[in-house]
Amino acid sequence: MAEMARELGKSVLKGENITKVFGYGKTRTEAVKKVNFDFHEGEVISIVGESGSGKTTIARMILGLITITEGTLLFNGQPRDISSGKKRKEYWKNIQAVFQDPFSSFNMFNKIDDLLLDCINMTGGKHKSDKEKFDMMTEACSFVNLKYAELTNKYPFELSGGQMQRLMIARIFLLKPKILIADEPTSMVDACSRATILDMLMKLRDEIGMTIIFITHDIGLAYYVSDSVYIMEHGAFVEAGPAEDVIIHPKADYTKRLISDVPKIYGEWDLSTVG
Amino acid sequence: MGKVMLEVNDLKTKYVTRFKEDVYAVDGVSLKIEEGKSLGVAGESGCGKSTLALSLIGYYFAPLHYMSGEIIIDGQNISGMKPDEVRKKVLGTEVAYIPQAAMNALNPTQKIIRFIEDVIQVHDKSLSKKDIYDMAVERFRILGLPPEVLQKHAVELSGGMKQRTVIAISTILSPKVLIADEPSSALDVTSQKMVIKMMRELMEKGFIKSMIFITHELPLLYNVTDDIMVMYAGQIVEHGTAKEMVFDPVHPYSKGLMGSIIVPEEGTRDVQLEAIPGTPPNLKHPPDGCRFAPRCKYAKPECKVYDVPEKEFEGHRMYRCIYDVDYLKEAYGRNG
Ligand SMILES: Nc1ncnc2c1ncn2[C@@H]1O[C@H](COP(=O)(O)OP(=O)(O)OP(=O)(O)O)[C@@H](O)[C@H]1O
Ligand SMILES: Nc1ncnc2c1ncn2[C@@H]1O[C@H](COP(=O)(O)OP(=O)(O)OP(=O)(O)O)[C@@H](O)[C@H]1O
Ligand SMILES: [Mg+2]
Ligand SMILES: [Mg+2]
Repeated sequence: MAEMARELGKSVLKGENITKVFGYGKTRTEAVKKVNFDFHEGEVISIVGESGSGKTTIARMILGLITITEGTLLFNGQPRDISSGKKRKEYWKNIQAVFQDPFSSFNMFNKIDDLLLDCINMTGGKHKSDKEKFDMMTEACSFVNLKYAELTNKYPFELSGGQMQRLMIARIFLLKPKILIADEPTSMVDACSRATILDMLMKLRDEIGMTIIFITHDIGLAYYVSDSVYIMEHGAFVEAGPAEDVIIHPKADYTKRLISDVPKIYGEWDLSTVG
Repeated sequence: MGKVMLEVNDLKTKYVTRFKEDVYAVDGVSLKIEEGKSLGVAGESGCGKSTLALSLIGYYFAPLHYMSGEIIIDGQNISGMKPDEVRKKVLGTEVAYIPQAAMNALNPTQKIIRFIEDVIQVHDKSLSKKDIYDMAVERFRILGLPPEVLQKHAVELSGGMKQRTVIAISTILSPKVLIADEPSSALDVTSQKMVIKMMRELMEKGFIKSMIFITHELPLLYNVTDDIMVMYAGQIVEHGTAKEMVFDPVHPYSKGLMGSIIVPEEGTRDVQLEAIPGTPPNLKHPPDGCRFAPRCKYAKPECKVYDVPEKEFEGHRMYRCIYDVDYLKEAYGRNG
């Protein structure tokens, strides 16, 4: 996967002192504290941290689903502007997300055909003939090893979790976004399906050159897929850099502890480090 | 050879669905665990791991049905017992069971000590609440759990603490076998490590005499259990020591599973992950012959016709494949 350090393209998303505060007074939570990042074209990034560290909050700010309390987000070198509905729609053509629970992000009452058709229409394919649309949907399904013929006229809840997760990737195949945020895409599947999903996402990255931001607490996954890794603790990045440096030669105590707690197969997994 | 704590011979169980269809989720499983030993069960989602656990503890409530085979716990054959009898005579004292997602099943309005009273009083009505409390405090202290937890409710505990508490409650009567189904999978890595450390202490202190640990996370199994057994479509396809299974698997399915391992260790990111194509079969209509054949890159036509028996090799190992061990190892060598 990472035989050689790939050359980084130009910056697509740059965060400067990004902060998110929820609530105020007694309920005030500073979920993200002055974080800085720079994600490049075609780069695979992992944001790693324990539960509640603020990973999803960063994702939601980048997606424009929640406001940024403080700081600047640059998209392609320009301050991101989603102040009008039109600009927002334009931005969302560039950025997409897949989530841990694929069922949560689909409208249960839309058939799978419509779901895939929407993707084609959203990316300027409205004028295409039915035959062309059919071919595109068939291609997208076969990319993720699903058979389109077996999905027509079905609803999302008729599929298994693994099939749904692959359907999410078929959607991304049609949408071809510049940036994909994958928030714990494999935390509900077994190790085998994890390998399948990662394989498909990386193939897609190679094919359309998109930037992928993995949000995960799976440190093995972060090491395997990423060019760069950001380690997050209590809302702040404690360490960031090339995957090899951060995971194999961690500097921060927090990163060291996190990595030492993951079960190993070559080195020793030292149980005496926990109380 | 140590004393055998759990012996299972050719166990077959099935689900009967609402539409009266049979799902053969445990189909001829045999295993043996000696005192002080632990066995891991691995396999993809839907291979029958949780069903095996339920079957082993005699939990035969609809839709799960016992068909045939023996389950012998420390010399006592429980296979013919009624589920209610199992609950009174077996659960807790002979075998303890931690179901998948157990910690979320604790009634949030009940104090932890009440759960312990419940577990104990099923077997022994003579103990006073004071006796039980003292016993629980002592056990929690030895296991490194703060005794204050006993007076708390489940909602007040963090995920990791809740799971360790569940395990401490379930093993309070020092059972012969502990069966834990994905006991640490929902936890962060540090809490997971604490759970594993506690399970090791249970074994070292003799509070459990043997263990079955179920998970699809192979690096975890490798560190926790003496032996590993790989399950596919309701059957055991390979059984060996943890080290043999991870570094020298023989069955093409085990080989495939090991190809999906990712660990944050130097050099591992340069090895291409290998995903097994396809998905496990629907157990309503398992394929003829070897069940893995439809997904196996080494399969030949005969594989899809003849049932493959379990074959022993190297004295203690077992696998279920038409090919010889040498042939398979050579094939893996060729494919790298
Ligand atoms: N809408 C909200 N209102 C108030 N607090 C919130 C909100 N969303 C998140 N938080 C808080 O912000 C912090 C970070 O949450 P976040 O969901 O980003 O963590 P995470 O790293 O994604 O965790 P996980 O691994 O569990 O998904 C937590 O303390 C959480 O309780
Ligand atoms: N109550 C049930 N009725 C009918 N079939 C069932 C029932 N529960 C499970 N099954 C089927 O039995 C098979 C084995 O399921 P089981 O839950 O034992 O798998 P598992 O290996 O534990 O999977 P996972 O890793 O997802 O926990 C599956 O094909 C499943 O669909
Ligand atoms: Mg999250
Ligand atoms: Mg299960």
